[in-house]
Amino acid sequence: MPLLEIRNLAIHFHTEGGVVEAVKGINLTLEKGETLAIVGESGSGKSVTGLALTRLLPEPPTRYTSGEIIFDGKSVLTMKADELRKLRGGRIAYVFQEPSTSLNPVFTIRNQIAEAIQLHRPELRDVDAEIIKHLDLVGITNPAQRLHDYPHQLSGGMQQRVMIAMALSCQPDLLVADEPTTALDVTIQAQIMEQFRELRSKLDMAIILITHNFGIIGNFADKVAVMFRGKIVEYGATKDILGNPQHAYTKALIQCIPRLGAKKRRLITIDHAALEAAGA
Amino acid sequence: MLNYLIRRLLYAVPILLGVIFLTFVLFRVVNTPEHAAINALGPKSSVDARNAWIVNNGRDLPLYKQFATHTIQLATFDFQPSITTKRPMGETFREGVGPSLCVTLPGFILGLCLALVLSLYQVFVRNSAADRTITLICVVMMSLPTMVYIIFGQAVVALGLGWFPVSGFTKGLDAVRFLLLPVAIMAIISLGYDARMFRAVFLEEIAQDYVRTAHAKGLSATRVLSRHVLKNGLIALITLTVGQLPKLIMGTLLIESFFGIPGIGNVMVQGIQTSDEPVVLACAYLGALLYLAALILTDILYAAADPRIRLS
Repeated sequence: MPLLEIRNLAIHFHTEGGVVEAVKGINLTLEKGETLAIVGESGSGKSVTGLALTRLLPEPPTRYTSGEIIFDGKSVLTMKADELRKLRGGRIAYVFQEPSTSLNPVFTIRNQIAEAIQLHRPELRDVDAEIIKHLDLVGITNPAQRLHDYPHQLSGGMQQRVMIAMALSCQPDLLVADEPTTALDVTIQAQIMEQFRELRSKLDMAIILITHNFGIIGNFADKVAVMFRGKIVEYGATKDILGNPQHAYTKALIQCIPRLGAKKRRLITIDHAALEAAGA
Repeated sequence: MLNYLIRRLLYAVPILLGVIFLTFVLFRVVNTPEHAAINALGPKSSVDARNAWIVNNGRDLPLYKQFATHTIQLATFDFQPSITTKRPMGETFREGVGPSLCVTLPGFILGLCLALVLSLYQVFVRNSAADRTITLICVVMMSLPTMVYIIFGQAVVALGLGWFPVSGFTKGLDAVRFLLLPVAIMAIISLGYDARMFRAVFLEEIAQDYVRTAHAKGLSATRVLSRHVLKNGLIALITLTVGQLPKLIMGTLLIESFFGIPGIGNVMVQGIQTSDEPVVLACAYLGALLYLAALILTDILYAAADPRIRLS
């Protein structure tokens, strides 16, 4: 049995301006410990898919119009509120794009991580030791001294490490990293991706990495799903897709990756009109 | 922290001088010595007596000298006794503070709690029929003048239903039956406005990223609201509420005079009605002083509520 199975999932937003079809019938499966990258541009539905896994999208305006999300044999879309809360953080944890606003500015990092641990692992006695262990795991130096820091006292990279530590602290089966490096500068980006790689080898945990950046998934993801306008247009092993993309949109996306040492020319942009004419 | 406090107190000095100057213009320049003498001695007093009063009170001196005495008197809280009651101001205030606080403090706290609960509930059920209905009621409540609440309370609740005495005050525990109605009105008067403001504050907070993180942790919606959103909204709430603190000590003019509560608000109303210059001057000056204190307190509370704010 796969850890996660998404079958024909469609998500609509019912707004005053009309119905927005954000996700139009997608299928995905993820085994235990597997890493999947969902790649696509802004508005392609990749973040919506990630948030839908624990129904974090506000309902209304969100409506799950068709399909199923099966996590560990249970249907997420029909789950009761208390079951859903156990799933959130406890079994599926998130790391979001903007660490500076994703952490609560008025609570210490100890406070915020402890809140998650006390909720999902109430049997744990020494909460502080557990927090320090996880801060250490994500590469924060002198974690014991940082416990009582507020988020604004940390750099962006450190804040994102705290977010990751918070996500890991409840030992989830699946970590959803939604553009975890987009708000960070390139060197920190590399450090955080390195951290993810290290963590994946240490912990037996499945990861869904949501990104618009094909450049960072190469040595990281087992599988890739390319999303375009709410649909998965290409889905398969990372090597196959990077080496031999089939879909016009995937090809266009891969072409957009700037290459070191390549002759200087204008960066390539995606011609949506041409893609649409080709039937994407 | 201490440095900051000292600096803030120093900043308050020019503002205080401004207050002293304005009160001087109003009470010593606009209000001519002749008028002041008539006020103090009564309309039937003789011209000689009035002139003697003007000389005795130094109102014939050049303005700069009068300003100097005025400044020293206010700065040292050396207020003249009331013209009508002949009692010193200190005594009047000491007697008035208790009854004023009996009404304003419970009224303020009750009103604040009601507004918090109501606005958090509205955010909880946001954009639903219940939310819109409460908003509509709030707008109606905001639109009604204070007098409507007082007259409704006295005419319908007190007189008509006979649940409470119409007005009055007494010492000791027995005062409670006199206080219930004015406290309830005090709590309700600003409820519509406060609830609307608080709701706007919380709605802004609920759209923040950290709220999504809190939900993603698996926290219940109530806990997210009562812990994460409430604490972040505190800064705005402090701004909206601490400025009202001077009113607690200075009492509420309308409620106190209608319900016959012998508080400072009542003293002020009577002072204005009888043109009791020393009383009105002392009230205006103390009101300004308390307001300045509230502003400093606001800044200190900001730092307590938000770790990003450092007082230095």
